[in-house]
Amino acid sequence: MEPLIIIGTGLAGYTLAKEFRKHDPHSPLTLITADDGRYYSKPMLSIGMSRKQIDSADANEMAEQLNASILTNTRVTAIDPQHHLIKIGRDELRYRQLVLAWGADVFQLEVEGDGIEEIYSVNNLQTYEVFRKAISGKKRVAIVGSGLVGCEFANDLAASEHHVEMISQSHTLMPKLLPPDVAAPLQVCLQALGVHFHFGIGLAEVNRTDGGLELVLNSGKLVHVDVVLSAIGIKPHISMALEAGLTVNEGIQVNHLLETSEPDVFALGDCAEVDGHVLLYVAPLMACAKTLARTLAGHPTPLRYGPMPVGVKTPICPVVVCPPPKGSLGQWQIHGEGLDLRACFVQEEKLLGYALTGQYVKEKYALNKKLSTS
Amino acid sequence: MSMEAFRKWQCTVCGFVYDEADGWPDDDIPPGTRWEDISEDWVCPDCGVSKQDFEMILLE
Repeated sequence: MEPLIIIGTGLAGYTLAKEFRKHDPHSPLTLITADDGRYYSKPMLSIGMSRKQIDSADANEMAEQLNASILTNTRVTAIDPQHHLIKIGRDELRYRQLVLAWGADVFQLEVEGDGIEEIYSVNNLQTYEVFRKAISGKKRVAIVGSGLVGCEFANDLAASEHHVEMISQSHTLMPKLLPPDVAAPLQVCLQALGVHFHFGIGLAEVNRTDGGLELVLNSGKLVHVDVVLSAIGIKPHISMALEAGLTVNEGIQVNHLLETSEPDVFALGDCAEVDGHVLLYVAPLMACAKTLARTLAGHPTPLRYGPMPVGVKTPICPVVVCPPPKGSLGQWQIHGEGLDLRACFVQEEKLLGYALTGQYVKEKYALNKKLSTS
Repeated sequence: MSMEAFRKWQCTVCGFVYDEADGWPDDDIPPGTRWEDISEDWVCPDCGVSKQDFEMILLE
Protein backbone atom coordinates (compact mmCIF):
# COMPACT_ATOMS: atom_id res chain seq x y z
CA MET A 1 0.00 0.00 0.00
CA GLU A 2 1.35 3.43 -0.94
CA PRO A 3 1.63 5.85 1.97
CA LEU A 4 -0.29 8.96 2.83
CA ILE A 5 2.37 11.62 2.35
CA ILE A 6 2.29 14.92 4.21
CA ILE A 7 4.70 17.59 3.03
CA GLY A 8 5.55 19.85 5.94
CA THR A 9 6.01 19.20 9.67
CA GLY A 10 4.83 22.49 11.09
CA LEU A 11 1.75 22.73 13.25
CA ALA A 12 -0.45 21.85 10.24
CA GLY A 13 1.44 18.73 9.17
CA TYR A 14 1.99 17.32 12.65
CA THR A 15 -1.51 18.11 13.92
CA LEU A 16 -3.01 16.42 10.88
CA ALA A 17 -0.79 13.38 11.41
CA LYS A 18 -1.81 13.15 15.09
CA GLU A 19 -5.49 13.44 14.22
CA PHE A 20 -5.18 10.94 11.38
CA ARG A 21 -3.63 8.37 13.70
CA LYS A 22 -6.68 8.61 15.99
CA HIS A 23 -8.79 7.25 13.13
CA ASP A 24 -6.24 5.04 11.41
CA PRO A 25 -3.41 3.70 13.59
CA HIS A 26 -1.69 1.51 10.99
CA SER A 27 -1.81 2.69 7.34
CA PRO A 28 1.58 3.79 6.05
CA LEU A 29 2.25 7.45 6.76
CA THR A 30 5.22 9.52 5.61
CA LEU A 31 6.03 13.11 6.53
CA ILE A 32 8.61 15.09 4.62
CA THR A 33 10.28 18.25 5.85
CA ALA A 34 13.01 20.52 4.55
CA ASP A 35 14.13 21.17 8.14
CA ASP A 36 14.98 18.92 11.06
CA GLY A 37 11.41 17.98 11.93
CA ARG A 38 11.35 19.14 15.54
CA TYR A 39 7.83 19.62 16.85
CA TYR A 40 6.88 23.12 17.95
CA SER A 41 3.88 25.41 17.71
CA LYS A 42 4.36 28.59 15.69
CA PRO A 43 2.24 30.87 17.89
CA MET A 44 4.76 30.26 20.67
CA LEU A 45 7.56 31.91 18.69
CA SER A 46 6.32 35.43 19.31
CA ILE A 47 5.96 34.85 23.05
CA GLY A 48 9.07 32.79 23.60
CA MET A 49 11.59 35.17 25.21
CA SER A 50 11.00 33.80 28.69
CA ARG A 51 11.53 30.21 27.55
CA LYS A 52 14.71 28.25 27.10
CA GLN A 53 13.13 25.90 24.61
CA ILE A 54 10.19 26.09 22.22
CA ASP A 55 10.37 22.65 20.65
CA SER A 56 9.13 19.67 22.60
CA ALA A 57 10.08 16.61 20.54
CA ASP A 58 12.57 15.76 17.80
CA ALA A 59 11.81 13.98 14.53
CA ASN A 60 12.69 10.53 15.91
CA GLU A 61 10.35 10.93 18.85
CA MET A 62 7.61 12.18 16.54
CA ALA A 63 8.13 9.26 14.13
CA GLU A 64 7.73 6.82 16.99
CA GLN A 65 4.73 8.62 18.46
CA LEU A 66 3.00 8.79 15.07
CA ASN A 67 4.01 5.37 13.78
CA ALA A 68 5.26 7.23 10.70
CA SER A 69 8.40 7.64 8.73
CA ILE A 70 9.70 11.19 8.72
CA LEU A 71 12.15 12.35 6.07
CA THR A 72 14.07 15.32 7.48
CA ASN A 73 16.26 17.82 5.65
CA THR A 74 14.51 16.68 2.50
CA ARG A 75 13.19 19.10 -0.06
CA VAL A 76 10.47 17.94 -2.42
CA THR A 77 11.29 19.29 -5.87
CA ALA A 78 8.16 18.49 -7.87
CA ILE A 79 4.69 17.01 -7.68
CA ASP A 80 3.17 14.85 -10.40
CA PRO A 81 -0.53 14.42 -9.59
CA GLN A 82 -1.23 12.45 -12.79
CA HIS A 83 1.08 9.66 -11.68
CA HIS A 84 0.48 10.02 -7.94
CA LEU A 85 4.11 10.73 -7.20
CA ILE A 86 6.42 13.37 -5.84
CA LYS A 87 10.02 14.00 -6.77
CA ILE A 88 12.94 14.59 -4.46
CA GLY A 89 15.75 15.41 -6.84
CA ARG A 90 16.12 12.23 -8.90
CA ASP A 91 14.17 10.08 -6.48
CA GLU A 92 10.47 9.47 -6.81
CA LEU A 93 7.97 8.56 -4.12
CA ARG A 94 4.50 7.27 -4.86
CA TYR A 95 1.58 8.32 -2.68
CA ARG A 96 -1.91 7.07 -1.98
CA GLN A 97 -2.95 10.54 -0.92
CA LEU A 98 -0.89 13.69 -0.69
CA VAL A 99 -1.30 16.62 1.71
CA LEU A 100 0.41 19.95 1.16
CA ALA A 101 1.14 21.55 4.52
CA TRP A 102 4.28 23.44 3.67
CA GLY A 103 3.18 26.81 5.02
CA ALA A 104 3.93 30.34 3.96
CA ASP A 105 6.78 32.59 2.87
CA VAL A 106 7.61 35.89 4.50
CA PHE A 107 7.35 39.13 2.59
CA GLN A 108 10.81 40.59 2.11
CA LEU A 109 11.56 44.14 3.10
CA GLU A 110 12.85 46.21 0.22
CA VAL A 111 15.47 48.49 1.69
CA GLU A 112 18.93 49.73 0.83
CA GLY A 113 22.14 49.84 2.79
CA ASP A 114 25.11 47.76 3.90
CA GLY A 115 23.34 46.43 6.98
CA ILE A 116 20.52 44.53 5.32
CA GLU A 117 22.02 41.24 6.49
CA GLU A 118 21.05 42.29 10.00
CA ILE A 119 17.36 42.17 9.03
CA TYR A 120 15.72 39.03 10.39
CA SER A 121 12.28 37.57 9.95
CA VAL A 122 10.67 34.76 11.90
CA ASN A 123 8.27 32.26 10.38
CA ASN A 124 9.49 28.95 11.77
CA LEU A 125 11.64 27.48 14.52
CA GLN A 126 14.86 27.71 12.50
CA THR A 127 14.50 31.40 11.70
CA TYR A 128 13.41 32.02 15.29
CA GLU A 129 16.60 30.46 16.61
CA VAL A 130 18.68 32.56 14.22
CA PHE A 131 16.91 35.68 15.49
CA ARG A 132 17.36 34.70 19.14
CA LYS A 133 21.08 34.24 18.52
CA ALA A 134 21.24 37.61 16.77
CA ILE A 135 19.70 39.49 19.71
CA SER A 136 21.69 37.64 22.33
CA GLY A 137 23.48 40.31 24.34
CA LYS A 138 21.85 43.06 22.26
CA LYS A 139 19.44 45.58 23.68
CA ARG A 140 17.95 47.61 20.82
CA VAL A 141 15.57 46.01 18.33
CA ALA A 142 13.62 47.64 15.53
CA ILE A 143 10.43 45.87 14.52
CA VAL A 144 9.15 46.71 11.06
CA GLY A 145 5.40 46.19 10.79
CA SER A 146 2.62 46.76 13.31
CA GLY A 147 0.52 43.67 12.65
CA LEU A 148 -0.28 40.85 15.02
CA VAL A 149 3.19 39.29 15.01
CA GLY A 150 4.92 42.67 15.28
CA CYS A 151 2.79 43.55 18.33
CA GLU A 152 3.41 40.22 20.03
CA PHE A 153 7.15 40.46 19.49
CA ALA A 154 7.12 44.09 20.70
CA ASN A 155 5.49 43.01 23.96
CA ASP A 156 7.71 39.96 24.36
CA LEU A 157 10.95 41.83 23.64
CA ALA A 158 10.10 44.94 25.66
CA ALA A 159 9.08 42.78 28.63
CA SER A 160 12.45 41.04 28.45
CA GLU A 161 14.30 44.33 28.76
CA HIS A 162 14.86 45.15 25.13
CA HIS A 163 14.40 48.61 23.79
CA VAL A 164 11.93 48.36 20.90
CA GLU A 165 11.43 50.80 18.02
CA MET A 166 8.38 49.92 15.94
CA ILE A 167 8.31 51.24 12.37
CA SER A 168 5.14 50.92 10.32
CA GLN A 169 3.58 52.29 7.16
CA SER A 170 0.22 52.27 8.88
CA HIS A 171 -0.98 54.62 11.57
CA THR A 172 -2.37 52.15 14.09
CA LEU A 173 -1.64 48.70 15.46
CA MET A 174 -3.10 45.74 13.57
CA PRO A 175 -5.07 47.88 11.07
CA LYS A 176 -6.34 44.80 9.21
CA LEU A 177 -7.79 43.27 12.37
CA LEU A 178 -8.73 46.07 14.74
CA PRO A 179 -10.76 49.27 14.53
CA PRO A 180 -8.38 52.14 15.49
CA ASP A 181 -10.21 52.90 18.75
CA VAL A 182 -9.64 49.36 19.96
CA ALA A 183 -5.99 49.37 18.90
CA ALA A 184 -5.33 52.47 20.98
CA PRO A 185 -5.25 50.81 24.46
CA LEU A 186 -2.64 48.32 23.32
CA GLN A 187 -0.51 51.10 21.95
CA VAL A 188 -0.75 53.00 25.24
CA CYS A 189 0.34 49.88 27.13
CA LEU A 190 3.23 49.07 24.81
CA GLN A 191 4.34 52.69 25.06
CA ALA A 192 4.33 52.39 28.84
CA LEU A 193 6.52 49.32 28.43
CA GLY A 194 9.01 51.51 26.57
CA VAL A 195 8.15 50.81 22.93
CA HIS A 196 8.69 53.78 20.58
CA PHE A 197 6.44 54.14 17.54
CA HIS A 198 7.30 55.56 14.11
CA PHE A 199 3.98 55.40 12.29
CA GLY A 200 2.94 56.27 8.77
CA ILE A 201 6.50 55.89 7.63
CA GLY A 202 8.68 53.41 5.79
CA LEU A 203 12.20 52.13 6.34
CA ALA A 204 14.54 53.23 3.56
CA GLU A 205 18.04 52.17 4.60
CA VAL A 206 19.85 49.99 7.09
CA ASN A 207 23.50 50.91 7.49
CA ARG A 208 26.21 49.57 9.74
CA THR A 209 27.84 51.89 12.24
CA ASP A 210 30.53 51.30 14.86
CA GLY A 211 28.09 50.47 17.59
CA GLY A 212 25.27 48.80 15.67
CA LEU A 213 22.89 49.84 12.93
CA GLU A 214 21.63 53.18 11.73
CA LEU A 215 18.19 53.07 10.17
CA VAL A 216 17.13 55.80 7.78
CA LEU A 217 13.37 56.30 7.62
CA ASN A 218 11.60 57.75 4.58
CA SER A 219 11.26 61.04 6.41
CA GLY A 220 15.02 61.23 6.81
CA LYS A 221 14.78 60.50 10.51
CA LEU A 222 17.55 58.31 11.95
CA VAL A 223 16.98 55.47 14.41
CA HIS A 224 19.79 53.54 16.07
CA VAL A 225 19.38 49.85 16.93
CA ASP A 226 21.34 46.59 17.02
CA VAL A 227 18.99 44.27 15.14
CA VAL A 228 16.03 44.64 12.77
CA LEU A 229 13.09 42.24 12.86
CA SER A 230 10.90 42.36 9.79
CA ALA A 231 7.29 41.43 10.58
CA ILE A 232 5.47 42.72 7.52
CA GLY A 233 3.52 39.56 6.90
CA ILE A 234 3.50 36.19 5.20
CA LYS A 235 1.93 34.78 2.05
CA PRO A 236 1.00 31.20 1.16
CA HIS A 237 3.80 29.21 -0.47
CA ILE A 238 2.41 28.33 -3.89
CA SER A 239 5.20 27.99 -6.45
CA MET A 240 5.42 24.17 -6.51
CA ALA A 241 1.64 23.86 -6.59
CA LEU A 242 1.54 26.17 -9.61
CA GLU A 243 4.20 24.12 -11.39
CA ALA A 244 2.16 20.98 -10.72
CA GLY A 245 -0.87 22.56 -12.37
CA LEU A 246 -2.98 22.93 -9.23
CA THR A 247 -5.52 25.72 -9.15
CA VAL A 248 -4.03 28.55 -7.15
CA ASN A 249 -5.31 31.97 -6.25
CA GLU A 250 -3.82 33.73 -3.22
CA GLY A 251 -3.25 30.29 -1.75
CA ILE A 252 -3.68 26.74 -3.00
CA GLN A 253 -7.40 26.51 -3.60
CA VAL A 254 -9.27 23.78 -1.76
CA ASN A 255 -12.95 23.05 -1.26
CA HIS A 256 -14.79 22.26 1.97
CA LEU A 257 -13.25 18.74 1.91
CA LEU A 258 -9.82 20.42 1.60
CA GLU A 259 -9.37 18.85 -1.85
CA THR A 260 -7.24 20.72 -4.36
CA SER A 261 -8.10 20.72 -8.05
CA GLU A 262 -6.25 17.38 -8.46
CA PRO A 263 -7.57 14.06 -7.16
CA ASP A 264 -6.06 12.75 -3.92
CA VAL A 265 -4.15 15.97 -3.32
CA PHE A 266 -5.20 18.04 -0.31
CA ALA A 267 -3.89 21.19 1.37
CA LEU A 268 -4.27 22.85 4.75
CA GLY A 269 -2.67 25.47 6.95
CA ASP A 270 -0.89 28.63 5.85
CA CYS A 271 -0.52 27.47 2.21
CA ALA A 272 -4.22 26.79 1.65
CA GLU A 273 -7.09 28.96 0.52
CA VAL A 274 -10.20 27.28 1.91
CA ASP A 275 -13.39 28.21 0.08
CA GLY A 276 -11.82 31.53 -0.88
CA HIS A 277 -10.27 32.38 2.50
CA VAL A 278 -6.62 32.41 3.51
CA LEU A 279 -6.66 32.35 7.32
CA LEU A 280 -3.18 32.37 8.81
CA TYR A 281 -4.23 31.50 12.35
CA VAL A 282 -4.32 28.52 14.68
CA ALA A 283 -8.05 28.00 15.15
CA PRO A 284 -8.86 27.46 11.44
CA LEU A 285 -5.82 25.23 11.09
CA MET A 286 -6.98 23.01 13.96
CA ALA A 287 -10.49 22.78 12.51
CA CYS A 288 -9.04 21.82 9.12
CA ALA A 289 -6.73 19.17 10.61
CA LYS A 290 -9.56 17.50 12.48
CA THR A 291 -11.93 17.26 9.54
CA LEU A 292 -9.26 16.38 6.97
CA ALA A 293 -8.05 13.55 9.22
CA ARG A 294 -11.51 11.99 9.04
CA THR A 295 -11.71 12.44 5.28
CA LEU A 296 -8.30 10.81 4.79
CA ALA A 297 -9.31 7.92 7.00
CA GLY A 298 -12.19 7.18 4.65
CA HIS A 299 -14.98 9.24 6.20
CA PRO A 300 -15.38 12.32 3.99
CA THR A 301 -16.20 15.16 6.36
CA PRO A 302 -16.99 18.68 5.18
CA LEU A 303 -15.29 21.51 7.03
CA ARG A 304 -17.47 23.69 9.20
CA TYR A 305 -15.86 26.70 10.79
CA GLY A 306 -17.40 27.98 14.00
CA PRO A 307 -16.51 31.44 15.31
CA MET A 308 -12.73 31.72 15.22
CA PRO A 309 -11.47 34.55 17.36
CA VAL A 310 -7.83 35.56 17.09
CA GLY A 311 -6.11 36.02 20.43
CA VAL A 312 -3.35 38.59 20.38
CA LYS A 313 -0.76 37.41 22.87
CA THR A 314 0.19 40.76 24.33
CA PRO A 315 0.04 40.16 28.12
CA ILE A 316 0.49 43.88 28.83
CA CYS A 317 -2.95 44.41 27.27
CA PRO A 318 -4.75 41.29 26.09
CA VAL A 319 -6.72 41.66 22.86
CA VAL A 320 -9.14 39.24 21.23
CA VAL A 321 -10.71 39.89 17.87
CA CYS A 322 -13.18 38.02 15.73
CA PRO A 323 -13.25 40.07 12.53
CA PRO A 324 -16.58 40.39 10.70
CA PRO A 325 -16.73 38.58 7.33
CA LYS A 326 -15.05 40.52 4.53
CA GLY A 327 -17.33 43.07 2.93
CA SER A 328 -19.85 43.09 5.79
CA LEU A 329 -21.91 46.24 6.07
CA GLY A 330 -22.34 47.45 9.59
CA GLN A 331 -20.81 49.50 12.36
CA TRP A 332 -18.51 49.10 15.29
CA GLN A 333 -20.25 49.91 18.56
CA ILE A 334 -17.73 50.55 21.27
CA HIS A 335 -18.34 50.33 25.02
CA GLY A 336 -16.06 50.65 28.01
CA GLU A 337 -13.30 53.05 28.83
CA GLY A 338 -9.56 53.33 29.21
CA LEU A 339 -7.85 50.03 28.58
CA ASP A 340 -10.99 47.92 28.81
CA LEU A 341 -13.05 48.03 25.64
CA ARG A 342 -15.72 45.95 24.01
CA ALA A 343 -16.36 46.65 20.33
CA CYS A 344 -19.18 44.83 18.57
CA PHE A 345 -19.58 44.88 14.81
CA VAL A 346 -23.31 45.05 14.29
CA GLN A 347 -25.53 45.07 11.24
CA GLU A 348 -29.22 45.65 11.88
CA GLU A 349 -28.82 44.44 15.47
CA LYS A 350 -27.09 41.29 14.31
CA LEU A 351 -23.63 40.61 15.76
CA LEU A 352 -21.10 39.84 12.99
CA GLY A 353 -17.80 40.29 14.80
CA TYR A 354 -16.16 41.71 17.87
CA ALA A 355 -12.93 43.04 19.35
CA LEU A 356 -12.16 43.04 23.07
CA THR A 357 -9.39 44.47 25.19
CA GLY A 358 -8.30 44.25 28.81
CA GLN A 359 -10.93 42.90 31.18
CA TYR A 360 -13.44 42.41 28.38
CA VAL A 361 -11.48 39.57 26.74
CA LYS A 362 -13.33 37.27 29.15
CA GLU A 363 -16.54 37.92 27.19
CA LYS A 364 -15.12 36.10 24.19
CA TYR A 365 -16.91 32.82 24.86
CA ALA A 366 -20.28 34.46 25.50
CA LEU A 367 -19.93 36.49 22.29
CA ASN A 368 -18.95 33.38 20.31
CA LYS A 369 -22.25 31.84 21.33
CA LYS A 370 -24.06 34.95 20.16
CA LEU A 371 -22.18 34.84 16.83
CA SER A 372 -23.13 31.21 16.28
CA THR A 373 -26.78 31.84 16.85
CA SER A 374 -27.16 35.20 15.14
CA MET B 1 -8.55 21.91 49.08
CA SER B 2 -4.81 21.93 49.46
CA MET B 3 -3.08 25.02 50.80
CA GLU B 4 -0.61 25.06 47.94
CA ALA B 5 -0.71 28.23 45.84
CA PHE B 6 -2.74 28.12 42.64
CA ARG B 7 -0.76 27.76 39.47
CA LYS B 8 -1.14 28.94 35.90
CA TRP B 9 -0.66 26.66 32.94
CA GLN B 10 -0.10 27.61 29.33
CA CYS B 11 -1.14 25.60 26.30
CA THR B 12 2.00 24.96 24.27
CA VAL B 13 0.04 25.03 21.03
CA CYS B 14 -1.79 28.34 21.16
CA GLY B 15 -0.69 30.16 24.30
CA PHE B 16 -4.02 29.86 26.15
CA VAL B 17 -3.53 30.26 29.90
CA TYR B 18 -5.44 28.15 32.42
CA ASP B 19 -5.47 29.76 35.85
CA GLU B 20 -6.36 27.28 38.57
CA ALA B 21 -7.73 30.10 40.72
CA ASP B 22 -10.29 31.02 38.06
CA GLY B 23 -11.09 27.54 36.81
CA TRP B 24 -13.07 27.46 33.59
CA PRO B 25 -16.75 27.91 34.43
CA ASP B 26 -17.77 27.79 30.75
CA ASP B 27 -16.90 24.09 30.81
CA ASP B 28 -18.14 23.54 34.36
CA ILE B 29 -14.67 23.61 35.84
CA PRO B 30 -15.12 25.54 39.10
CA PRO B 31 -12.60 28.08 40.40
CA GLY B 32 -9.84 26.37 42.33
CA THR B 33 -9.68 23.24 40.16
CA ARG B 34 -6.16 21.83 39.91
CA TRP B 35 -4.84 21.06 36.45
CA GLU B 36 -4.45 17.38 37.34
CA ASP B 37 -8.08 17.25 38.41
CA ILE B 38 -9.42 18.34 35.03
CA SER B 39 -10.83 15.45 33.06
CA GLU B 40 -8.64 14.03 30.30
CA ASP B 41 -11.22 14.74 27.61
CA TRP B 42 -11.19 18.49 28.22
CA VAL B 43 -10.00 20.47 25.20
CA CYS B 44 -8.18 23.78 25.08
CA PRO B 45 -10.94 26.41 24.73
CA ASP B 46 -8.87 28.37 22.22
CA CYS B 47 -7.30 25.86 19.88
CA GLY B 48 -9.33 22.73 20.51
CA VAL B 49 -6.38 20.45 21.23
CA SER B 50 -7.37 17.83 23.77
CA LYS B 51 -5.75 17.75 27.18
CA GLN B 52 -4.06 14.45 26.44
CA ASP B 53 -2.51 15.85 23.24
CA PHE B 54 -0.87 18.93 24.57
CA GLU B 55 1.41 19.65 27.40
CA MET B 56 0.50 22.55 29.56
CA ILE B 57 3.61 24.17 30.88
CA LEU B 58 3.79 25.80 34.25
CA LEU B 59 4.12 29.58 34.14
CA GLU B 60 6.50 31.24 36.63
